[in-house]
Parts: sequence; C-alpha cells; structure tokens
Amino acid sequence: MATIRPRVKAPRKASAGEVVEIKTLINHSMESGQRKDKDGNPIPRQIIHRFEAQFNGQEFFAVDLQPAISANPYLSFFAKLEESGEFTFRWHDDDGSVYEETKSVEVT
Amino acid sequence: MLEMQDSGGTSRRRVLFSLGGAAAVATGLSVVPGLGARLAHATEAEVAETIKEMLGEVPAEGGVSVDLPEIAENGNTVPMTFEVDAPMTADSHVKDVMVLADGNPAPRVATFHFTPMSGKATASTRMRLVGTQNVVVVARMNDGTAMMGKKQVKVTIGGCGG
Repeated sequence: MATIRPRVKAPRKASAGEVVEIKTLINHSMESGQRKDKDGNPIPRQIIHRFEAQFNGQEFFAVDLQPAISANPYLSFFAKLEESGEFTFRWHDDDGSVYEETKSVEVT
Repeated sequence: MLEMQDSGGTSRRRVLFSLGGAAAVATGLSVVPGLGARLAHATEAEVAETIKEMLGEVPAEGGVSVDLPEIAENGNTVPMTFEVDAPMTADSHVKDVMVLADGNPAPRVATFHFTPMSGKATASTRMRLVGTQNVVVVARMNDGTAMMGKKQVKVTIGGCGG
C-alpha cells in the first residue's frame, strides 16, 4: 500500500463560540474482507476501524468505521470553539498502526 | 418470397432462439448460487435487530434527516450526510448515531459519537452500497431519547464487489 497520509481541512482562525466545519481524508484501501483474489482466496480485512478527534486533549468526536465505508475514508464534522488550541486527529488501522495529524486554530 | 424466408429463416431463428435459451438457463444457474454464496445480505429484520441491540426498540421515524443521492451510479462510493434535529448543549445533546444499510453483507456502516463540543450533530462520509437498498440512521440523545431517519438509494453499479 502506498504511504498513508492523512489530510485535514480546518480553519486557522475562528471567533469564540463559532461552530466550524472540519473535513478529513486519508488514503487507505479499506479492504473489506469480502473480496477474493485471482485464485479465489479471500483477501483478509484491513480497514481503519476508528477515528478520533480531540481538541486540547479532549475528545469531542469519534467514529467506529465498518467495512461498508468507502476506500480513502472521508469524514466531515463540526466543532464548537471557545478558545485557541490544537486539534489532534487519529486514525486506527486494523494492523495496529495509528496515523495522526494536528492543526492549530486561533480563536478571537 | 414468403416460402423462401420460412424455410431458411425459421431454422436460423430456431438455432438462435435455442442458443439464447440455453445461455439464459446456464447464466441463471451459475449466477444465482454464486450470488447466494458470496453475498449473504443483511435484511430489514437484521437492521431492526441491530437497532434493538443499541436502543432496546426501533424508534419512530423523524428527527433525523438523511441526505443521499436518489440514484447512485457507483455503489463503491456513495456520499451521505445526516443531520439530527437536536440542540448540542451539556444538558441535551446527541451522543451516538448509528448508520445501517439493509442490503449490504453486514448491516452496520458506521457509528458516530458526539459531545456538546461537536457543535452540531451533523457529519458526512462516503459508503459502499452493494445494491439498491435503504439507509437507516438512528440517533440516541444523552437522556436516552431515540430518533430515526431513512432513505432509499437506487444503486446502478454495486460496491463491495470482488
């Protein structure tokens, strides 16, 4: 598999109390475990099964993903910001890998 | 003229027809058991069962809007957005949202977890749909109240294939 690189689009500035949209994308085949290879052997499942979004260390949004989520999983959601700080996003792979991305935001 | 066509054409037609018939029978025989073995689909009953596991009962429809294309050309990546009609305050907020599909090999698609800091109980993703089916979204509030939304999607080319 190609190098897995998470991508996040989040605003850099926001006003206090504003609800901002965050869009995330990560390249991953999300192998469902339903498919078979050329010789008819089942291809084992390997997906991203958990996504977590934290702000200043506090988890505010999470998703448990199933094989029915498309390859290169896209997620968009919202956050209500009261103070400046840093977002941390984590993707958990079936193989134990964790992919992480951070974004800081200035709240005025 | 008529006689000539009859003698020549009929036999050709007969050959074509019998070939077509044989082909139809052959594909019918090979496709149906193949599908059955490969894709044990979820059913509406299974979806209801999964909802009951989470909520105890299947809630009445309403309170959740589900935005999906009416017709999805590619079942491998069907965009979906849901919106739960609820405030997101510390006292009253949406905690969990479960997305289910009643025609996929497994009914569960994803479960979203919200907090008051989520701002609003709205999220988008892209899902695989193996064929035309209903997508069901159930939401649970922090006080246990449940809501549900449902939308049918017609899928031209199914996802999950192999």
